Amino acid sequence: MTVQNVKFYQVGSRAVGNRLLDATLRTEQASPARRNALTSGHRACQGCGEALGARDVLDAAVRATEGKLVAVNATGCLEVFSTPYPESSWQLPWLHSLFANAPSVASGVAAALKAQGHDEIRVLAQGGDGGTVDIGLACLSGMFERNDDVLYVCYDNEAYMNTGVQRSGSTPPFARTATTEATGAEPGAPIGQGKDVPRIAMAHEIPYVATATVAELHDLEAKVERAMMMRGARYLHVLVPCPLGWGSAPADTVRLARLAQRSGLFPVFEASHGEVTEVLPIRGRVPIEEYLRPQRRYAHLFADPPRTELLARIQAIADRNVARYGLDEV
Amino acid sequence: MRRQLEGSRAIAEAVARCRPQVVPAYPITPQTHIVEAIGAMVRDGSLSGCEFMTVESEFAAMSAAIGASAAGARAYTATASQGLLYMTEALFNASGLGLPIVLTVANRAVGAPINIWNDHSDSMSLRDCGWVQLYAADNQAAVDLHVVAFALAEELSVPVMVCVDGFVLTHAFEPLDVPGQSAVDTFLPPYAPRQVLDVDDPVAIGAMVGPEAFTEVRYLSHYQLTQALTVFPQVCDGWGRPLSTVDAYRVDGAETVIVTLGSVSGTIKDVADEFGNVGVLTLTMFRPFPYAEVRKALGAAKRVVVVERAFAPGAGGIVSADVRTALAGTFAEVSTVVAGLGGRAVTKPALRRLVADAMSGWLGERLVFLDLRDELIEQQIERMRQRRASGPPRPGGAA
Repeated sequence: MTVQNVKFYQVGSRAVGNRLLDATLRTEQASPARRNALTSGHRACQGCGEALGARDVLDAAVRATEGKLVAVNATGCLEVFSTPYPESSWQLPWLHSLFANAPSVASGVAAALKAQGHDEIRVLAQGGDGGTVDIGLACLSGMFERNDDVLYVCYDNEAYMNTGVQRSGSTPPFARTATTEATGAEPGAPIGQGKDVPRIAMAHEIPYVATATVAELHDLEAKVERAMMMRGARYLHVLVPCPLGWGSAPADTVRLARLAQRSGLFPVFEASHGEVTEVLPIRGRVPIEEYLRPQRRYAHLFADPPRTELLARIQAIADRNVARYGLDEV
Repeated sequence: MRRQLEGSRAIAEAVARCRPQVVPAYPITPQTHIVEAIGAMVRDGSLSGCEFMTVESEFAAMSAAIGASAAGARAYTATASQGLLYMTEALFNASGLGLPIVLTVANRAVGAPINIWNDHSDSMSLRDCGWVQLYAADNQAAVDLHVVAFALAEELSVPVMVCVDGFVLTHAFEPLDVPGQSAVDTFLPPYAPRQVLDVDDPVAIGAMVGPEAFTEVRYLSHYQLTQALTVFPQVCDGWGRPLSTVDAYRVDGAETVIVTLGSVSGTIKDVADEFGNVGVLTLTMFRPFPYAEVRKALGAAKRVVVVERAFAPGAGGIVSADVRTALAGTFAEVSTVVAGLGGRAVTKPALRRLVADAMSGWLGERLVFLDLRDELIEQQIERMRQRRASGPPRPGGAA
């Protein structure tokens, strides 16, 4: 095994995993030559899962495309914290137009590149859950059904964080937001609402749909790389904890992302042309309380007395995910 | 060489000669024939090097055009009415980003009540979206304005809207001269973007701008847009067609001048001919507003009658407000005539009565609705009074 000096940016399992691997198998984030597509100096909060996810995804995509990548951004935290004029943290060509239209703008960029004979330049569009599952869904669906050559990445932090933590179509049941306060018989966000956009994407039978979290860096980078090896419409849904909106410690971002997956609440899988092809099995499943308790958005569920009946309903969602995707390790 | 063509077909052919590279399309009456024809030309190979995208909404159409233009492609789309309003947010974005997209608006009324016929409510409501607005008086002008629009847009890096009266022009067949490919190629060089999404020279386009520079950005947009007042005539000269920001018809010495835009101009000129001492000023360019040309053409007139196919509810004329600004300090009386809403024909008898009313001095500075059915209006106002169901009690009785 060749010895190579590695500059470590993270501690914990993200780095330890790299240390044990052959240099060729290490993550792009461990590479001193990584692009830093979203470079330091931006204005994201401490522990921002979206900033972490975007850097992970874009660096991997830049590597996969050998630098031939254009990014299109929806309005949202990621856009606001990265480009306060005259500064920019983007070290790749980057275009922001509006909140709802990132998929269509990206389709237009892809069409323009094709018309100019630049098939080697690839397009990645990105947005938060508000821009993706709510206001941008019509444009996203259009991009999917036309099978436009774009990888769309949703960084899902489960509410409108940029505007001050309001409920989105991705906010989980009973989570407190500024528009779903922790009051009443069923406090927080209503249960039985919200939408599962990875499954909506699969219903379009596009070549590739995957989910991931910022906790599993190898998995996330591998999925970006696989997506960039394909043509057509591809969708990647990344869970990115938000310390501000979730009421969690900035240092807990990666841990919470892992617990979301290990509790079964956030299934991590891949799908091809509408069929699930691969799942990330849960190693050592944890009860949902372990994931929920560190987040103040769920504090009302752990009051005195605790809302055990509501916790049971969340547990039932996790159980259903485990059964539906076969997440238990065999 | 002139051929018998539908207006939409002629516009589509003119656009195709301009070699657009990305055309996102979404259907809406009365614009649809244009994008159908372009799509057919892409399919049969007569328009090569063009990506024709059938998108899911007008909002997506303008958004795709934004992406395409920012990536260095010549982008075009067409819409009308509700579709134009549905792309409103993207229209402001395209002009803010300085992207030279060309858009045809097949002018149509805006609902409710839903109405597919012609007036200018759609484009007039987007008067302030930062686009150049050109209005075609006839189909030959529509053809030429599209060629000119690409040159103007790309020279200034501003988007251009070519407004063509729905049905009246888009669906009219007449002998038209669509320029040949070599003529357009000679006139219109390939699009060279001011800035572009380039992997070898990355830029971030669409940053957030705060109070410290937003006014300056807006001022520069205004500055750039007003450059069209001088560049448009130059571009028209280069194209070699008799087009100008305003078309002054027998205004010299005329005490009464009718100001209008769009296809109604022809009928109005015919009526003016009958009177002999009535001039007609047709605005080809509405944004930026050609204040100097309007003042020059109208400054000596006693009576100016602005015939508009749209109005600002609760206020009055849209075009006439700008005309009044242009004429500030002169002695001209400016009246506002709202005509031809939702496809109602603007007839010669009605225009004759109008000119007579103007020359008699009755019109003055009034706001009038041409051919308004007064009996229907009175009936309805009485009905509304009787059916009032909510609101505080009024002094002096129930109604």
